[in-house]
Amino acid sequence: MRDLAGYRRIAVVPAFNEERNIGRVLEELRAFDTGLEVVVVSDGSTDRTPDVAAAHGAHVVRLPFNLGIGGAVQTGFRYAWEHGYDLAVRCDGDGQHVPAELDKVLEPVLAGEADICVGSRFGAGDGYRSSKTRRVGIRLLAAIVSAIARQRVTDTTSGFQALNRRALELFAADYPHDYPEVEGMVMTIKHRLRLCEVPVRMREREHGRSSITALRSIYYMAKVLLALFVGLFRRRVVPAEDV
Amino acid sequence: MIAAQTPLKVSLAATAASLVLVLVVFELIRSRRLRERYALLWLLTGIVLVVLSAWRGGLNTIAGWFGVRGYPPAVLFAVGLLFVIVVLLHYSTVISRLSDQNVVLAQRLALLETRLRERESAD
Repeated sequence: MRDLAGYRRIAVVPAFNEERNIGRVLEELRAFDTGLEVVVVSDGSTDRTPDVAAAHGAHVVRLPFNLGIGGAVQTGFRYAWEHGYDLAVRCDGDGQHVPAELDKVLEPVLAGEADICVGSRFGAGDGYRSSKTRRVGIRLLAAIVSAIARQRVTDTTSGFQALNRRALELFAADYPHDYPEVEGMVMTIKHRLRLCEVPVRMREREHGRSSITALRSIYYMAKVLLALFVGLFRRRVVPAEDV
Repeated sequence: MIAAQTPLKVSLAATAASLVLVLVVFELIRSRRLRERYALLWLLTGIVLVVLSAWRGGLNTIAGWFGVRGYPPAVLFAVGLLFVIVVLLHYSTVISRLSDQNVVLAQRLALLETRLRERESAD
């Protein structure tokens, strides 16, 4: 692991009613790196999520109502961008992401090999379990994104990521709304930022339920496919550097 | 075969209905319950319908152009439906823009609150 000391670094943690999980996530982030600032974006939580987060020493942004994961994450990226951080990691507040794995996604960004590095739950060996329909959907999206990106991508829905300031600039300016990771990857490529993927471990949810149910995942697929298709015909928000 | 003509009663009823639409839109604008930019499409709809309803010869001719021989007032339905679709589509774009702006406002507000809170606790 490279030395992080020279960087102003922050973890963006979106959380919606995660008072039971958020404390542990924040402790694990602290254990990973004591110099890592944390901003918890409470996405219209109605429980004690913001208070628990503040008690654990995180910066807390309280959205007045639920914006959905994309809007919440973008708020965190805006916070990081406005406060001049060099490096940001995103780690969800529901306990599925393992902060101890952060060095794996940070490594390529610190090495200057990537602007965004995404942790993939596939390929880490210990078999992430999910339903069959969901696997088909994930494969399909991965194949489409891989084709657009002209590089192999296995997990298009992972929110476990490390970003440098160039990537923060892009996402602070424009970030997809509802299910942002897939479109985010394509935006990254279109803006000629360098994307990479590394295998990481992830956990099953401990408390509460995932927000994606069977019927919703069909809606999700249709929406993401539409967004991907239309996105190909969209202008850039931040001028890409010609490589 | 001679093409059918628009019955007088149909023409009168349609004209009256279209005039009511125009008057209601006008009143909504006058009482500031409808902004001009959103009213324009409605006014245009009403005026086109008034003209087509009242001017029977014109409606018969236009129906002829589109090959509507049996019942020329069907053109009124088609035109009305077309305008309604345009108005709805326009509103969808308006709603989309409003909800985007709403997201940005919520984000800015929350970030400002955080700044304020952290500044106050630092004092």
